[in-house]
Amino acid sequence: MSTKERSWWIVAGVAIALYALFPIAWIVSLSFKAPSDLANGSFLPSLFTTENYSLILDGAASDLFLPALRNSFGICLIATFISCVLSMFAAYAIARLDFPGKKFILGTALAVAIFPVISIVTPLFNLWRQIGLYDTWPGLIIPYLSLTLPLSIWTMSAFFREIPWEMEQAAQVDGATTWQAFRKVIVPLAAPGVFTTAIIAFFIAWNDFVYGISLTSTGASRPVPAALGLFSGASQFEDPTGAIAAAAVIVTIPVVVLVLVFQRRIVAGLTNGAVKG
Amino acid sequence: MASIEMKNIVKKYGDGFPAVNDISLDIADGEFMILVGPSGCGKSTLLRMIVGLEDITSGDMIIGGERVNDKAPRDRNLSMVFQNYALYPHMSVYENIAFPLRLAKTPDDKVDRLVKEAADVLELHEHLERKPANLSGGQRQRVAMGRAIVRQAEAFLFDEPLSNLDAKLRGQMRTEIARLQRRLGITTVYVTHDQTEAMTLGDRVCVLRKGSIQQVASPRELYEQPVNLFVAGFIGSPPMNFLPATIDGATLTTPFGTIELDEKRAAAVAGHELLLVGIRPEYFEDASLVDEAKKHVGTTFTAKVDVTEWLGDQQYAYIPYDAPDAIRTQLRDLSRELDSEELRTQAIVSIDSTSRIREGRDAEFWLDTRKVHVFDPETGDNLTRDAEAGAELTRMATEDREEQVAEAAGGLTGERSGSGAGTGSTAA
Repeated sequence: MSTKERSWWIVAGVAIALYALFPIAWIVSLSFKAPSDLANGSFLPSLFTTENYSLILDGAASDLFLPALRNSFGICLIATFISCVLSMFAAYAIARLDFPGKKFILGTALAVAIFPVISIVTPLFNLWRQIGLYDTWPGLIIPYLSLTLPLSIWTMSAFFREIPWEMEQAAQVDGATTWQAFRKVIVPLAAPGVFTTAIIAFFIAWNDFVYGISLTSTGASRPVPAALGLFSGASQFEDPTGAIAAAAVIVTIPVVVLVLVFQRRIVAGLTNGAVKG
Repeated sequence: MASIEMKNIVKKYGDGFPAVNDISLDIADGEFMILVGPSGCGKSTLLRMIVGLEDITSGDMIIGGERVNDKAPRDRNLSMVFQNYALYPHMSVYENIAFPLRLAKTPDDKVDRLVKEAADVLELHEHLERKPANLSGGQRQRVAMGRAIVRQAEAFLFDEPLSNLDAKLRGQMRTEIARLQRRLGITTVYVTHDQTEAMTLGDRVCVLRKGSIQQVASPRELYEQPVNLFVAGFIGSPPMNFLPATIDGATLTTPFGTIELDEKRAAAVAGHELLLVGIRPEYFEDASLVDEAKKHVGTTFTAKVDVTEWLGDQQYAYIPYDAPDAIRTQLRDLSRELDSEELRTQAIVSIDSTSRIREGRDAEFWLDTRKVHVFDPETGDNLTRDAEAGAELTRMATEDREEQVAEAAGGLTGERSGSGAGTGSTAA
């Protein structure tokens, strides 16, 4: 790469990073502003305050925010776990076995993934109320699975296809049962794929707003995105912008941590050294 | 260790195409059998049916006297080396080799002893803690073999194990495999498309074409007494030359002069008009370098040399010739089937490396006519095959092998008496 080319890459990279990170920086800055400061138009707060954070963590908004945070973590982790396990089996079958209706399953998964959430929320609301799932954890986990499973199956089956079939056949010849071959050879090799899928599934569930606001009514199951929408200011003439910004910063942290932790596992070579090449 | 018998094995795929068609083959205990043929001849499919990775459409697969058609691969106790080695990238070399033992729930101290033994045989000691990704191609190949020899399998199966290595390493590993097999005396089935491997490794070689067996014989018999054009063209490098010929009594007229046949061969070819004469490159020689005493057993002819290749220890000359259209198409089809693309009809002749024959000039060649074969161009059959002489060659090879196996068994008990006891307990 010539020096000129390199400098262009750096310029472009910085521009993209600025473009992507500026809104986040703005939110962080907002979260440290006092209410009177919010609309002053300057980027940095004129008076640096942690008032917003104390408001949501142990102030007036804490009984709205803290249960929501707990709910979000619980519901999203459970949904991610279930969808990873299920999609692992489904994707393995799709990548390895030849059975009628394979294309149909993949097609349906894709159709479900692009189906507009808003159109099924109302019937779901009625159904959930009648069978007692309204405002419960399972009442959110089930719809979240419908969001995360299709994508998980697609990504995971792509990863499984990358694993040479000989690996498994070698294991079988070496004396492994199908299950042993799957557990001892395929799953360890697919680990980067599983982590990637887990992160994607977690994001999808974590970011959901429509189900969260429609299928819950109390702190028993309301997730963070829905809770943010229900924040109110100290009086009805005051915007809760600062508190929302602080909450937004807090809910971003786990996502960033998750990516940083698993980044190396995702990047690590998939089947490096398995076969010649 | 066990013998492998195949009776009328057929493999049909979903579209009804028979990849393997009615194959019957007996592989004796301790024998090194090669399955060879051009790509798509069904040799790998046959191997995978032996190991159980491919279902058998019909026929019987009998290993060690037991029908295994419906047994899963893990119940057949065979070990296999894959073309791309199929090492487990997340495990160290040690764990890769130990994997079959771990699955068999072998106690740790025994695993350790057996893995160390295998590593000794294959000189992998200093690599045991490394991951396959950090090994060279030859080392990976040795790890794959280690995984195969570490347990007491009934037979070894190799699926083109050397085709991913470069030429030099391939030669080394070839002798390594031969030594290992002789030493362990274990039944081995080896798939390859490389005829050098087939000739050097096998006790017997099974030549396959489009899913059927053409000939099963010792390498020498295949070379000296091939049953048909296909086998004759496949075995030998450079390949056998096929010249069109017409017959008149006992005299064959070829583009390179006439060839007198002895009575027996003349009788065998009688009644055909157009024939193909198969002549190995080394039956030719630069006429000026041939001993006068030997000259009378062949004929001399003059031809224009197209290209010469000097390789140090030998020299090849390419001599173009004309052939009737029918023969030309047939030779082209044959060469296509043998995975080569012979564009012109030319003979490749091997001459002494000291020969001063030059490209583009006329030169006088001598042709030893004693061992030429005559083929029927329509059926491809070898009309002059001497079945008895061929069988004698294979019988000699079998005797050699039995001697070697007995020696290996004797040497083994003396050399590995410690592991012999371990073997006994595995069987129990």
